[in-house]
Amino acid sequence: MQTEKPEYVDFAVTARKYKTLLTKKYKNRKQWVNPSPYDIQSIIPGTILSVFVKEGDVVEEGAPLLILEAMKMQNRIEMPFTARIKKIYVEVGVRIPRETLMIELEALDNE
Amino acid sequence: MANSLVFLVETKLLKLHTFAIKVLLLLPTLEQFNWLLRTLSLIKYKFFMTLKKNILALRQKKAIVEKGGGDKAIEKQVAMGKMTARDRILALLDVDSFHEYDLFVEHEERNFGMASKELAGDGVITGTGTINGAPICIYAQDFTVMGGSLGLKHARKITKIMDHALRMKVPCIGINDSGGARIQEGISALAGYGEIFYRNTMSSGVIPQISVILGPCAGGAVYSPALTDFVFVVENISKMFITGPNVIETVLGEKISQEDLGGARVHAEITGNAHFYALSEMECFDQIKELISLIPHSNQQKAVSVEPKEPKSLKNIENIIPADPKQPYDVREVIHALTDDSKFLEIHELWAANIVIGFGRLNGETIGFVANQPMYLAGVLDCDASDKAARFILYCDAFNIPIVTLEDMPGYLPGVDQEHAGVIRHGAKMLYAYSEATVPKITVILRKAYGGGYIAMNSRHLGADFMFAWPGAEIAVMGPEGAANIIFRKEIMEAEDEDAMRQQKVQEYIEKFANPFVAASKGYIDAVIEPSETRELLLHALEVSKNKDDHRPAKKHGIPPF
Repeated sequence: MQTEKPEYVDFAVTARKYKTLLTKKYKNRKQWVNPSPYDIQSIIPGTILSVFVKEGDVVEEGAPLLILEAMKMQNRIEMPFTARIKKIYVEVGVRIPRETLMIELEALDNE
Repeated sequence: MANSLVFLVETKLLKLHTFAIKVLLLLPTLEQFNWLLRTLSLIKYKFFMTLKKNILALRQKKAIVEKGGGDKAIEKQVAMGKMTARDRILALLDVDSFHEYDLFVEHEERNFGMASKELAGDGVITGTGTINGAPICIYAQDFTVMGGSLGLKHARKITKIMDHALRMKVPCIGINDSGGARIQEGISALAGYGEIFYRNTMSSGVIPQISVILGPCAGGAVYSPALTDFVFVVENISKMFITGPNVIETVLGEKISQEDLGGARVHAEITGNAHFYALSEMECFDQIKELISLIPHSNQQKAVSVEPKEPKSLKNIENIIPADPKQPYDVREVIHALTDDSKFLEIHELWAANIVIGFGRLNGETIGFVANQPMYLAGVLDCDASDKAARFILYCDAFNIPIVTLEDMPGYLPGVDQEHAGVIRHGAKMLYAYSEATVPKITVILRKAYGGGYIAMNSRHLGADFMFAWPGAEIAVMGPEGAANIIFRKEIMEAEDEDAMRQQKVQEYIEKFANPFVAASKGYIDAVIEPSETRELLLHALEVSKNKDDHRPAKKHGIPPF
């Protein structure tokens, strides 16, 4: 570990920057992204069993959007608030990982 | 006449009986007892011939079982780069010290064609032996016998040797190399696992428990190692996971290799499940031997002390730490400058490298070291570092090992990932562990001790017995830049040159507060010491702490934030 001179980087902890090395785990950590309420993402990896809406539909809050089967459980994904379906990114039979954008919504403009 | 004849016959019989009892003491099995009765009337010559025959039969029987799964399976095991279970035990233990038990245990499963299957030792070798002369209990799963799969009898052999270890108060070492539960035995296999976990928990904190992962260890099997004190892994050989790559791919569609999912390096560096990482099985055995030489063999003992030695002083202790608090260094050099013969056995070397833990000796006695490592992530505390240190502190406390804490840390790691990963409850583990520990607790503040981290790193306020600080120590509520920005906010904002004013105020703060003397004036630090005095003061503090008597309120157990 001491044979080569390590390449230290600047690392900010509060108001001061320290010279140090980064760990593999730190480098691979996930950056936080603020989720948009208009993006319907998968909360668990699984398979799309059915899609109940079409692009352009105006869907009421609580209405079913699609069924995502994961861990032998059929999860009914519901509309979070009344809005229009802007784009559907998935189709029936597709297997998707976690945090995949499935449906994009847009606000109703007549309000 | 008739009476004397009876007497004569009786005397002869008595002599024979005495002889028989003597032999019985040597060979106390039922089979031989029956045979003895049958041969009571036979002459001596024939008696010994038959005994020899029995010994030969035993040797043959043993030789067959000792072959495990047979030559072909052994060939396969070797081709995978693995040693056989028996060779592993022999390589780890002192020469000729291993004694095996339950060699002839057989499984009782009658379904799925198992009735006709003979499994040597039911796939696990158990016994006792010594390491560096110290007695230990050991078991090793034999992958050549039905993939080392765990059935009820296999598990019962393990629980039997575990019970033995707990009663005899000796360390228990388990070598894991198993495909998992023996599916043919159904829930009996699950029962077996459960009985092992229960014993792991009962033994926890009483005897050291060591798990060596030398092959697959998947599904429920992983929880026995997880409950033990130290887990050893070897590159390319150890594989640990709850659900393997096949299941993950079928259920979730994620493709990953066994190595990337749960190989040795992953558990040593990413998950922290493994405490020691080696490149070969022999290196792994050397690590185990070194560890065994350093730890007490039960919670009622002290570690065996050795002849005290001075540090080799590879580097002058005064020159290790840069004066600029922003510059890094390797805190292990400080540990090497303090310990006997400059030796230090590091635990979790790769995982959460921003804190260093391990065992070294001071004046011949084993000491647990906890030290912030400015070389990685500036030595901050985070979820993993707190987790790592807290469990080590619990271990030291359970086994009467004094703890020396070397402190140089700027605070907790900021970030959404940390907050969401629960740095609050993970960080709390460290406060809990230090506060609860009743072994001698000594802290040396080498450089930075800011904010919450200062409290967490075995401060006086958590019950430290001795608090020392080097003259360059900065003990403060936060880093000088941050503090100056808050305290002198108005002055800085109103100044013509904000930066110049900020610099000036930071300097003022450093001079007034970023030193050990404020804390010393309040009695939070017992002594400000020169680096070169550190070892002598540690030796003295440990000497004074020898009969430390500290009590906790009576309780069943506390509720640590795990």
